[in-house]
Amino acid sequence: MKSLRILWNYMKNNRLVYLGAILSVGLASLTTISAPLVIRITIDNIIGDEPLVAPLLIRNFVESIGQAFWVPGIVLIVITTFRGLFMFLRGRLSAQASENIAKNIRDRIYDHIQQLPYKYHKEADSGDIMQRCTSDIETIRRFLGVQLVEMGNALFMVFFIVNVMWRADRRMTMISMIAVPIIFAFAIVFFVKVKKAFKEADEAEAELTTVLQENLTGIRVVRAFANQDYEIERFDSKNQVNRDKLYHLIWLLACYWSGSDLLAFSQIGLVLVAGTYFTAQGEITMGTMVLFSTYIGMLVWPVRQLGRILTDMGKALVAAERLQEVFDEPKEELVENNEQPPIKGNIVFDNVSFGYEPGQLVLENLSFSVKAGQTVAILGHTGSGKSSLVHLLARLYDYEDGSITIDGVELKTIDKRWMRKNVAVVSQEPFLFAKTIRENITLASGDVPDEELYAICREAAVHDVILSFDKGYDTLVGERGVSVSGGQRQRIAIARALITQSPILIFDDSLSAVDTETDLAIRNALAKRSQTATTFLISHRVTSLAGADLILVLDHGKIVQRGTHEELMNADGPYARIWEIQNTLEAEITA
Amino acid sequence: MESLLQEEVHEEKIDLKLWRQILRLAKPHKRYIIYAILGTIAMALGDALFPYMTKVAIDRFVVPQTTDGLGSFAATFGLLVLFQCFNIYIFIKMAGRVESGITYTIRQAGFEHLHKLSFSFYDKRAAGWLLARLTSDVNRLGEIVSWSLIDLLWGGVAMVFFSIVMFTMNWRLALLTVCVLPILAVASVYFQKQILRAYRNVRRVNSKITGAFSEGIMGATTTKILSREEKNLAEFKELTSGLRGSSIKAATFSALYLPIVLMLGSIGTSLTLWVGGNGVIAGTITYGVLVAFVSYTIQFFEPVREIARIFAELQMAHASAERVMGLLNTEPEIKDRPGLADDWPHLEGAVEFENVSFSYNPLEPVLVDFNLKVEPGQTVALVGETGSGKSTIVNLACRFYEPTSGRVLIDGVDYRDRPLAWLQGNLGYVLQSPHLFSGNIRENIRYGRLSATDEEVEHAAKLVNAHDFIAKLPKGYDTEVGEGGGLLSTGQKQLISFARAILADPRIFVLDEATSSIDTETEMLIQDAIKTVLQGRTSFIIAHRLSTVRSADVILVIRDGKVQEKGNHNELMAAQGYYYRLYTNQFLEG
Repeated sequence: MKSLRILWNYMKNNRLVYLGAILSVGLASLTTISAPLVIRITIDNIIGDEPLVAPLLIRNFVESIGQAFWVPGIVLIVITTFRGLFMFLRGRLSAQASENIAKNIRDRIYDHIQQLPYKYHKEADSGDIMQRCTSDIETIRRFLGVQLVEMGNALFMVFFIVNVMWRADRRMTMISMIAVPIIFAFAIVFFVKVKKAFKEADEAEAELTTVLQENLTGIRVVRAFANQDYEIERFDSKNQVNRDKLYHLIWLLACYWSGSDLLAFSQIGLVLVAGTYFTAQGEITMGTMVLFSTYIGMLVWPVRQLGRILTDMGKALVAAERLQEVFDEPKEELVENNEQPPIKGNIVFDNVSFGYEPGQLVLENLSFSVKAGQTVAILGHTGSGKSSLVHLLARLYDYEDGSITIDGVELKTIDKRWMRKNVAVVSQEPFLFAKTIRENITLASGDVPDEELYAICREAAVHDVILSFDKGYDTLVGERGVSVSGGQRQRIAIARALITQSPILIFDDSLSAVDTETDLAIRNALAKRSQTATTFLISHRVTSLAGADLILVLDHGKIVQRGTHEELMNADGPYARIWEIQNTLEAEITA
Repeated sequence: MESLLQEEVHEEKIDLKLWRQILRLAKPHKRYIIYAILGTIAMALGDALFPYMTKVAIDRFVVPQTTDGLGSFAATFGLLVLFQCFNIYIFIKMAGRVESGITYTIRQAGFEHLHKLSFSFYDKRAAGWLLARLTSDVNRLGEIVSWSLIDLLWGGVAMVFFSIVMFTMNWRLALLTVCVLPILAVASVYFQKQILRAYRNVRRVNSKITGAFSEGIMGATTTKILSREEKNLAEFKELTSGLRGSSIKAATFSALYLPIVLMLGSIGTSLTLWVGGNGVIAGTITYGVLVAFVSYTIQFFEPVREIARIFAELQMAHASAERVMGLLNTEPEIKDRPGLADDWPHLEGAVEFENVSFSYNPLEPVLVDFNLKVEPGQTVALVGETGSGKSTIVNLACRFYEPTSGRVLIDGVDYRDRPLAWLQGNLGYVLQSPHLFSGNIRENIRYGRLSATDEEVEHAAKLVNAHDFIAKLPKGYDTEVGEGGGLLSTGQKQLISFARAILADPRIFVLDEATSSIDTETEMLIQDAIKTVLQGRTSFIIAHRLSTVRSADVILVIRDGKVQEKGNHNELMAAQGYYYRLYTNQFLEG
């Protein structure tokens, strides 16, 4: 019931259009069932001379046309025209309503996901969210746009037809309805039962796809170990399972369709034989008999369809619940009444402690201060808490204890988005969007004159690389465009950060995939800039850090060493040790 | 996102040669196809007989007001129902056999073919593109060959049967019914094409939205850091508006089609009613014939609609068929010469490039007259920027590509005189971002030699320093690595791929050093593992760390696709060239 209410809420603002669609459904079914009535009157009252039981108006009309058979013909065409009109409206209006609704859901969920906190995205299973955003919305759209209308159609048809039948002949109506509930029940039971077969077939195909995908991406590994035959055999077994599951599913469907057809045709046959008997006995007219045998066809097939839709409805409800789970995730509070002070880049950490999980501190009692324009280098192994520093400064997470001040203002009181606009972060594996390179670099800055763009890209040592692409700065990145290597990606992201002219720059291991010569070129360019921005450099490559104003060595969330390169080299500690390891071979030759 | 690529092909005329080739692939399923066809023909016959039964009921019993023989009529009807349901069962079952069988056959053929194709083929095509060929395209092809072709047959046969019954009952009325047909056929084909085109457009926009969602989710943290939420949403809303527009357009087209068919049909019905009614009064037509004709005029349009739909679908499916067949018809660029002997000597690992030239395309030579002699067990380091062409030499040595001119000799013999498997079965290959298969760690290491025992697997892991971290994992060697090894760190994946390589015990070893940063401790383990792996093997290393380079027997410095410097460390340092600069850069920093 809860999910029904969710669906009802989705329909907000489109309920009127929907009402129009439902109205059209009713009118379409009404016109659909009137066509056989014209034929019945033609047979009974125009060709034959049975007394016509109908309102006076129709009776007079039928009498006045005598034996002009073109008149019922025209009436039939007119009725069909109206029927067509309503059917068109039904399709058009329901599409309009359901597409509007789907668009609203898509927009809302996209926006919601964007506004979920950083923590959510770090932990989320992106494949699962994708599933919800695509196929779950599609399920709901299909339900609202197609299935609900078909369901309405079936209900209207049953209601109108039974009504007319009942007036025409009660006994025949009862005979006509014998198999109808069985057909309906059969459809429901069947589709509930085969759910498993559908799922198994889907899973078999997914497994097959995984093997295929692994082979395509790992083709070199397969070849290098000459395991082609092994892979072909592995694929063959999955392929066979997939074939058998698919066949099993179709076989089940064959049983269902032929079984329900058996019921439906039997019902039709029963009506024909019983109708024939009663007509021959003179108990009903021939027109009535023809009417019943036409109506029974109009009744049986929608009922069978109804059973299927009802079972599908379950899917739409589940989809709505799955979507709601995403909507229920609390958004990050971005709108605050916080300050937006001008930021120069003087940063002070005072006894800062922080953990992602309660009770598990990632940073412990961190204290240091940086003046605007200085460079801080941070060294430490994976999990030492280096990246947490970045998260705190960009206000992606909030610290628990201690205080961080930016130009004397407590960080927690500064507006989150204001802070992010003033902190440029380049991560180790930067994400590029499927846009042109120019658009990717100017994502945060907005339009920038070409000269400035080129100058920034030269600083990031990526200008020449970009020019070597087919369309230069207008080359698309990603599947439909050029594929960029890890190093190029990092350099593009560096340009993206530099172009914002942020007073605080953070390079989170973002030169790791760049060769040493380019690394040096970029660092030289950054050094020139450093008067204008406070720079954090995080790296494993000690040589990259040596020139910093302050070097912090982190271990398990604590600062274990601090100082300049010279100071640390003269001290006995991890910095000097790592330096030694990384430069052992070099040291040998100079000796 | 694959669908994005596959929608790009335009509809084309039906190409008979292509379909003949597809039918050839269907051959193993001939028996089922025949059963399906027989079932379909019988089903069409049943469809044509039902309205006729109504005629019989009216003319035999209703009009003469008799119930004599109604029992056997009912029995006949019952038999007809059973006959028809049997046909439906056979038709669906057999079409299912054909569909599942053909997709299986084509997919298997495609997969086997993929393993014969050279790397040059893979270098030009994205994995996603190839994946779509063997999944959605093959599925569509399977559906077309089974359901569509059989439905097409049903449409044709049903029309023939309907016509026969109608013309034998009353040819004048039959002509009246049939005269609406050409208009209906033209309208159907037109609409079905429009509908399919409109829905294809919907799918195209939809795949863009899928892409946008995927970007929105994968890039959410980036968006956050760049504070780009509003701009992203505005762009996304543009896409969803586009989708809404094209979806409504497509729905409008399909909502228009049925009413038009029904109206055309009602013209047929009213003509029948008019002429037939007069005929009944005049006594030239029986009641039963009139009633039967009224239902034939309605039922006759079903096959026409089916045929129009399938006709339109076939045109669209043509693109799928072409892509799948195109894949199957691609000739591998590198294959064994015919008539190679089965037994070949043990590979020692001497590699020699003799006047080798190579180019990916004729205008840009990558290597010109390159000569290099590597003794068994020596290490060659390749140094240079990303994209400078380091991997070309490796690809040539591994015979992933063959030289445009010149020869590559392995143990003194041109490798083209040996089977591919001889060389490639003796290769070890560790990539920058090592590729693991989903499964557990043990299975992944064993991939190096499928016959290896558990002890051998663990021994290999110990040799490359992987054992310790594996043993520390909660499930040890049975730990699942996740898709593509995603549950492990890059450093761990590398150690596992070293273990895998050492288990294979290759004579020639290729290493593409990781560029992504690994913390110093793991880095040391890896350096140590590399030493173990290189021991006694001919190796090619695409090096990013100068410390690795220094100990190599031969260093090749590659710039802009050309070998700029060649020699060992001391020689190159003495030459004071590019290598010297690269090296001192790193060192001068200290």
